Amino acid sequence: MCKDCGCSSAIDNEIPTLKIEERTQQRRIEINQGILSKNDRLAEQNRNYFQSKGLFVINLLSSPGSGKTALIERMQIEQILQEYGESINLGVVVGDLATDNDARRLQHRGISAVQITTGNACHLEADLVFQAAQKLDLDSLDLLIIENVGNLVCPAAYDLGEDLRIVLLSVTEGEDKPLKYPTMFKSAQVVIINKIDLTEAVEFDRELAIANIQKIAPQAKIFQISAKTGTGINYLSTYLFSKKE
Amino acid sequence: MHEVSMMQNTLDIAIAQAQQNGAKKIDLLTMNIGELSGVIPEALEFAFDVLIQGTMAQNAQLEIKTIPVVCHCQRCDRNFQPEGYIFTCPQCQQVTTDVLTGTELELASVVVSDYD
Repeated sequence: MCKDCGCSSAIDNEIPTLKIEERTQQRRIEINQGILSKNDRLAEQNRNYFQSKGLFVINLLSSPGSGKTALIERMQIEQILQEYGESINLGVVVGDLATDNDARRLQHRGISAVQITTGNACHLEADLVFQAAQKLDLDSLDLLIIENVGNLVCPAAYDLGEDLRIVLLSVTEGEDKPLKYPTMFKSAQVVIINKIDLTEAVEFDRELAIANIQKIAPQAKIFQISAKTGTGINYLSTYLFSKKE
Repeated sequence: MHEVSMMQNTLDIAIAQAQQNGAKKIDLLTMNIGELSGVIPEALEFAFDVLIQGTMAQNAQLEIKTIPVVCHCQRCDRNFQPEGYIFTCPQCQQVTTDVLTGTELELASVVVSDYD
């Protein structure tokens, strides 16, 4: 529309020199763009990239201290995802605010692990994961686990390019964790209750916890395990194997 | 805590758009934030006040529109607004995962002025 009189002459192709009153005139620009659209785009690139490498990728999330690293160690011990007699090549990208303790702990077990120290950032983003993954020999790996920063809030919003999102909950945290952090649990395809060897000691009500998970995240497949003793790992292993195929 | 990096992303998008449109000043940013986005509007506002300093948006206002959660029940083929975070259909009591709105994290629009 013509700016001078409101007639419908098409004069929009050329931008005219503006008069002073026009310079201060306010104009609304419709954007409607996702704030995380850049991360989402990079995550999709990661997904395609990991797929081209034949990798199955898990984004593992939980509170600090729920047993993410212990679960990965157990996956290595049990040779999860592998058919009988074969050995698994497991790679891990692990995020923490500070220290490389987890990466060293995993490397000690013979797992290829690279640490991302985020400084003050409370979550991993797709580009950080891509850069860190370059430090691993991806062609030799079967399974890549991204051990996210221990946090049940922020990491929920960031797609990293994973095939499967697993949220871990330990019995020491209480049955109502899913009710307290619904956004995170709603984003999970799998929820694992860990440390079930401590169920009685901490008087954890497993049925109540499962009911809470089912209410908040009815889509999630639920497993009950002890990463420490290995209880329940075989069910998880069978499930992951079926997902990978 | 991630509201700071989200606000920075928002400002980056807004400034790029304003510049493409020949504007030198941003007067208003309007965001759509879903109730299920995991983002706290107050934390966004706090980050905004800090991050706009020294940018073309330094006198800008921030308007946050909260988008309520609307779910769809497949069994009843109807939409409903759940109470709280358990998405139970008020008609059939089935829990659904089908979320139509409420996860938004968007920069909807900017109002600009002072053109080249």
